[in-house]
Amino acid sequence: MISLYMAHPSWLHRLPAGYKLLGLMLLSILLYPVANLVLMALMFLLTLILYASVGKPAIRQLILLKPLAPLFLLIFLMQSWSVGWLSASLLVLRMLVLILLANLITLTTRMDDMMAAIAPMFAPLKLFNIDPKRIAFAVTLLIRFVPVLMAVIQHLMEAWRARGGKRQVWKLAIPLTIQSIRLSDHVAEALAARGGISTISNPRVSNHESR
Amino acid sequence: MSQDKSLVQIALYAALIAAMGLIPPIPFVTGIPITVQTLGVMLAGVMLGPWRGALSMALFIFVVALGAPLLSGGRGGLGVFMGPTAGFAIGFPFAAFAAGYMAILLRRLPIFPATLLAAIFGGIVVLYLFGITGFKIISGREWLDAASVMAVFIPGDLVKAVIAASVAQAVAKGLPDAILTRKG
Repeated sequence: MISLYMAHPSWLHRLPAGYKLLGLMLLSILLYPVANLVLMALMFLLTLILYASVGKPAIRQLILLKPLAPLFLLIFLMQSWSVGWLSASLLVLRMLVLILLANLITLTTRMDDMMAAIAPMFAPLKLFNIDPKRIAFAVTLLIRFVPVLMAVIQHLMEAWRARGGKRQVWKLAIPLTIQSIRLSDHVAEALAARGGISTISNPRVSNHESR
Repeated sequence: MSQDKSLVQIALYAALIAAMGLIPPIPFVTGIPITVQTLGVMLAGVMLGPWRGALSMALFIFVVALGAPLLSGGRGGLGVFMGPTAGFAIGFPFAAFAAGYMAILLRRLPIFPATLLAAIFGGIVVLYLFGITGFKIISGREWLDAASVMAVFIPGDLVKAVIAASVAQAVAKGLPDAILTRKG
């Protein structure tokens, strides 16, 4: 399972990906000049209500803010020290609203749909003789490779612990890189043996895992 | 080299960076957790060269934007590009390009110093240029303030540059063809 997508249908899931992206873009521009704390706090509240309207699993996703908390605190403290607490609160709230809304789009939009909404951006690549299909294939490969390399890391770590785990752990980066290169050579050979990317019809961005 | 093979390499280094991001951050001596991910950015540039390195990082960032939680700490999705560290993520392809370009310029030097300098130039100088600019835009701070907030991560990144150079040196012994910036 390698996607933040939440398989829990809601009204936001049904909204086309393009609209959601466009809405976020507009809002990020509109929020920038807002200097009224009450209005900003209202926007934040509205964002939380939006999460609630999508359902409980979405609310649980709010923990994603936890790793960001120290950085937000630092920004708040420095900003209130140099400019004042009002602008510091505005700043932190604006960041929270935009991060949460962007994340909400991610939670409620399948990777495939996101890809389809963004695909028109790749059309100009045809002018440079790059087939947009190749991009889709690269995305598929990346998603497929990640669990494989995770397993390689796991094996290396286990072997390292079995040897006593004393020597510097960073040295594992060497066998990891070498094994990755070998893996890529094998995949490239297998691909060539099957006639290359141009013969593969309509690769999917992700398989059933993300839906 | 065939186009298909380049594409596989591009996807593979992007996946390598993703896998590295899933390794939990190691608390460094300064108490600031360092992630292994920027090590991957340095390696991509040094190993794949400027163009392929940049493409591989662009692919990685694109998939992160699509919603895959592949940035260190399991972060992903569009929220990343609204957050205070957005500049770093956007800077990945440029950092890899810079590291690869530098590695080609310095390819007459022995591999360790050449890749060390390339990794520092791409993975620290260029990457922080983007990271600090992004932090300044999003947090509205002054240049100097923004830079001083980010400076705490630099010691950890210097360690990573040394690791990147050691990896490149080791790979050069075992698989010399894999280091594309030192061919021809």
